[in-house]
Amino acid sequence: MAAPLAAPAAPPVRPRRRFRQKSVIPGFGLTLGYTLTCLGLVVLLPLAALVAKAGGLGIAGIWEVATDPRVASALRVSFGVSLLAALTASIFGGIVAWVLTRYDFPGRRLADAVVDLPFALPTAVAGIALASLYAPNGLVGAQLARIGIEAAYTPVGIFIAMVFIGLPFAVRTVQPLIGEIDKEVEEASAILGASRVATLTKVVLPPLIPAVLTGFALAFARGVGEYGSIIFIAGNLPYVSEIAPLLIVIKLSEFDYQGASAIAVIMLAISFLTLLAINLIQAWSRRRFGYV
Amino acid sequence: MRAGELLALLGPSGSGKTTLLRIIAGLDFPDRGRIIFGGDDATRVPVQQRAVGFVFQHYALFKHLTVADNIAYGLNARRRSERPEKAEIKRRVGNLLDLIKLSGFADRYPSQLSGGQRQRIALARALAVEPRVLLLDEPFGALDAQVRKDLRRWLREIHDRTGQTTIFVTHDQDEALELSDRVAVLDRGRLEQVGTPDEVQEKPVSPLVLKFLGDTIEVEAIAQDGKVLVNGRTTPLTAPAGLTGPVKLYARPWQLQFAEADTAHLHGTVRSSYRTQGRQRIEVDRENAKTVVVEASDTARLAQGRPVGLRIVGGWVFP
Repeated sequence: MAAPLAAPAAPPVRPRRRFRQKSVIPGFGLTLGYTLTCLGLVVLLPLAALVAKAGGLGIAGIWEVATDPRVASALRVSFGVSLLAALTASIFGGIVAWVLTRYDFPGRRLADAVVDLPFALPTAVAGIALASLYAPNGLVGAQLARIGIEAAYTPVGIFIAMVFIGLPFAVRTVQPLIGEIDKEVEEASAILGASRVATLTKVVLPPLIPAVLTGFALAFARGVGEYGSIIFIAGNLPYVSEIAPLLIVIKLSEFDYQGASAIAVIMLAISFLTLLAINLIQAWSRRRFGYV
Repeated sequence: MRAGELLALLGPSGSGKTTLLRIIAGLDFPDRGRIIFGGDDATRVPVQQRAVGFVFQHYALFKHLTVADNIAYGLNARRRSERPEKAEIKRRVGNLLDLIKLSGFADRYPSQLSGGQRQRIALARALAVEPRVLLLDEPFGALDAQVRKDLRRWLREIHDRTGQTTIFVTHDQDEALELSDRVAVLDRGRLEQVGTPDEVQEKPVSPLVLKFLGDTIEVEAIAQDGKVLVNGRTTPLTAPAGLTGPVKLYARPWQLQFAEADTAHLHGTVRSSYRTQGRQRIEVDRENAKTVVVEASDTARLAQGRPVGLRIVGGWVFP
């Protein structure tokens, strides 16, 4: 919480550059320029091109694409299942992070390394592995089939793949904060008579909420954008288990570039709004919990 | 431990003060022995039901809760049947805020407060549940000297007003002697002595207690016929019955006085002197022996290198 070094209160020589505070840390102009260039070239330019391409259809045209039943259903599957999967990943990721940080057991470092595997694995490999596991004749799929759950080739499969790839985000964002939990704070809570559950819900979890939300947002974003692992396990039935990114690829292979970019722009807009909302909740909770 | 008293656990670091306090609180578990609260064996009572208040050195406040919610935490954590009504909780929090002189701060967060203020809130939080015994673990250790002094006096006032049975841990002998009704000196997990501040200062039971309570001078002496001799001259001390032969004499800096060579027990030359708070401390180098520090009034000015004689006017020998 170190306060930034305040500039001396001398009258500014050039009031034009007022926004730039005197600082002992050099390179502000250089780093800001570098940041803006990178952001512009790598992120904003392609997105602008995308919007321009879709813009050829006009608002009405994009609306027409969005309300097309097949597209609407794919969007619903993509965003609905992503939200559900991100929620699941956050809960389980939180538990995994908790166990990995709070307890010492043989193989803890190994388990910790395994968490990152979904990051590193080519998504197609993950997809094939998941598909063969959860297929009706697969190791897990057969068991699920016996209790009447079809995992592969349904939205359940999409859900499983999204949880798989979202989990590392949920774990890695919460883990450092769990490590920082002050043991004495928990002891203080216990001495004051709070049960273990009350200590957890009133003292331990609230400070973790911002990090959990970050993990949730990352897992959600990753789930929405995921393609490779899902198409192997989803079955890709239109109106049932077809995801929006796949629809984009289908449109592209039909040389319907404008249609593809229209779906992409709609996804972009929904994702942006969702992430913005999560960020706002985060800012609010940060204020509420008194962190600077 | 007597009801209503303020007991200090004093000892060097690693002597087991904090461990003992944590065992009393129920945070750690004893290998042997029992913890008894007012006649009831509390050894097996879980920490949540022990009804103790605990104040940590680093406050351990709940950062995400306001000051008022922090103080009310213990009351809100109770089972519904035992929990006071909302208005009652609010009233009690208000009273405690008055007690710690932070009435206007109910809606602040701990991060907006200074160390001294945070520690006062930690104390109010511990008092809110009306504990049978209040335990303070180096409560002033993380604060700067001035704040520490103020808080010390203030804690004593609160104790006098509430009569709350209190144990506090410290490694600062001044703090322990100033604040407590009785002092318990610990060393390496053993209780060396328990007594009032006067008792432990006037009649320490061992060299360790003596050394821990202040600067000490060690002088080789001989015990003979109930007398203690240094360099062949008798001192005002009496040797414990049955003790003869070489012994160690322990004295405080103010129990040595400058004297003429024919009455002095020790001889040496002045090495350096400095003044502090109206007193003068003079280091005296002795031949073939350890340097001693003598405390004298500010008026005597002694040049460096000057030979001096020292007379022992008080001290202790231990069997």
